[in-house]
Amino acid sequence: MTALLSARNLRRDYLLEGEAVHAVRDVSLEIAPGDYVAIVGPSGCGKSSLLNLLGGIDRPDAGEVAIRGQRLAGLGDRELTRFRLHNIGFVFQRFYLMPVLTARENVELPMAEAGVPPAVRRARAAELLAYVGLAGRARHRPPQLSGGEQQRVAIARALANRPALVLADEPTGELDARTGAEIIALFERLNADGTTLVVVTHDEELARAARRVIHMRDGAIVHHEVLRARA
Amino acid sequence: MRLALALASLRQHRARTVLAVLGVAVAAAMLLDMVMLSSGLRESFRELLTSRGFQLRLSPRGTLPFDTEATIADATGIVDTLRMNADVTAVSPVLGGQIHVPRGDGAVTAFALGVHPAVQGDYELLSGRDALAADAMVVNDDFLRATGAHVGDTLVVAGGYNPQLRTFTGERRLVISGRARFLYLSSGQNAAALPLATLQGMTGHANDDGVSLFMVRVRDGGNVEGVRRWIAAHVPRVEAISIAEAMARVDERLSYFRQLSFILGAVSLVVGFLLVTTLVTVSVNERVGEIAVMRAIGVSRAHVVQQILLEGTVISLGGAMLGLGLGVVTARYLNTILSRFPGLPAAIDFFLFQPRAVWASLAMLVAAGILAGIYPSARAAALPLARTLREEAVA
Repeated sequence: MTALLSARNLRRDYLLEGEAVHAVRDVSLEIAPGDYVAIVGPSGCGKSSLLNLLGGIDRPDAGEVAIRGQRLAGLGDRELTRFRLHNIGFVFQRFYLMPVLTARENVELPMAEAGVPPAVRRARAAELLAYVGLAGRARHRPPQLSGGEQQRVAIARALANRPALVLADEPTGELDARTGAEIIALFERLNADGTTLVVVTHDEELARAARRVIHMRDGAIVHHEVLRARA
Repeated sequence: MRLALALASLRQHRARTVLAVLGVAVAAAMLLDMVMLSSGLRESFRELLTSRGFQLRLSPRGTLPFDTEATIADATGIVDTLRMNADVTAVSPVLGGQIHVPRGDGAVTAFALGVHPAVQGDYELLSGRDALAADAMVVNDDFLRATGAHVGDTLVVAGGYNPQLRTFTGERRLVISGRARFLYLSSGQNAAALPLATLQGMTGHANDDGVSLFMVRVRDGGNVEGVRRWIAAHVPRVEAISIAEAMARVDERLSYFRQLSFILGAVSLVVGFLLVTTLVTVSVNERVGEIAVMRAIGVSRAHVVQQILLEGTVISLGGAMLGLGLGVVTARYLNTILSRFPGLPAAIDFFLFQPRAVWASLAMLVAAGILAGIYPSARAAALPLARTLREEAVA
């Protein structure tokens, strides 16, 4: 099957207090449509840096990423932003919802940016909030929601423009075990419904829910583990 | 949605936004007042000069009207000469002087204008009859208050008064025929207008037929400058001053006001600008994580910039709307104080309300609001996404 995402020989170095930090070293990987990949490793091993490169949030110093055959390096800033809007959904550890908008408006935000008509995006936002179990919380603002609820709104927002790929950076990192388990279950359901997921996590439960686990250390992939074959 | 997001962001910190809007409102009020002041006095003066339709003033050569006590002799001859010009439709000779009404041990002194009531351009009759008879005079309310007289009363009025000897000269019995508002006199100044010949007789100008100035009306569409040159050639004893020339001299004298208003107006604008810049920059700094996430999920730089510019514009616009109202109220209050300025005609407004001034102030404030958003929006647009997200996660 053709890879949905392919990364070749990625390298990313930072300057931290004058010293070069090799965050990602020669990483290559492929992700097929419908896959569910967890990237694990100790803090500072380059997991989030790799996720940023895969999602086009950051650009590699060497190597290249292609999603649906589109080389991200070939895109200018404006095209890359547009590409992320339509093809990639992001979920962050701290949810990062707009506190001034309601749950429904937060889910509508990427659709509004994509030019989806208001009536259509309102209906889609309602559908997505129902999907993540928050149909009754559409009019609530983030400060009125629990951490787990906020993360579910963030997941609904990530799915708004029907992306090919959802990238999540420590999605259970701010949640207690019970709420974290709800998010894990939601990710499993998402994947079962066909969403391709790449999750960076320290959470062993979350990693065990994935089909494949990529182990990183010092910016490089050190082990590749297949837990379950794709259906 | 960007406007909704901008408004919602401002609502999130309601107290801070309200304080910033109030700050901008004060700056806007100050700016409007300064814009009104910079042109108000001049425009008001121009309106005053043109209000009675006389386009030329003739004063003794080398002087301005009523700047000195110099007079022009042979007023009747000059009037006859001026009437020879076909463009001249009216000539109003005016003699300025003082009259004194004996009261107790002293006298009430008033500024008097000797005029031909039928063609005068110095006062508006408020009630009663004009001073058409030789023994009639019209007076203002200050005169009535000071003398305790009423319209219809007859007063003994003198053209000269020696306070040391307490003697009066040029006495006449004059009837107060009406109440008038004097256009060119300052508030609180006792004033009266009486027939020119009467005042000349009272003040010793009967023999030389002296007057202080002439006001000349040129027919509609007539060449005012041409008439002025004609007068200069035919009556070399007088200085013919057109409204344009008078305005040029007023401009010269008012340059201080214009500079002051320009500087204070600019300061107000800069204060408003800095206030909005500070508020929006603080707001952006508090939301770098949110902004980075917006960019990450696909919101374009242009839309981030637009949203932040909108926030600055909304604050400026809100402050401007509030401030312009405040400015009008403040200007009215200041105007009543400044209109008591000694030596200036009471009809002069320092702060003249003109829609143009409001639009100009509004445009400057909105432009300042947009400019104020440029720095914070540029900062927001330039946020390095990966690094910001990493730093936010660490924080």
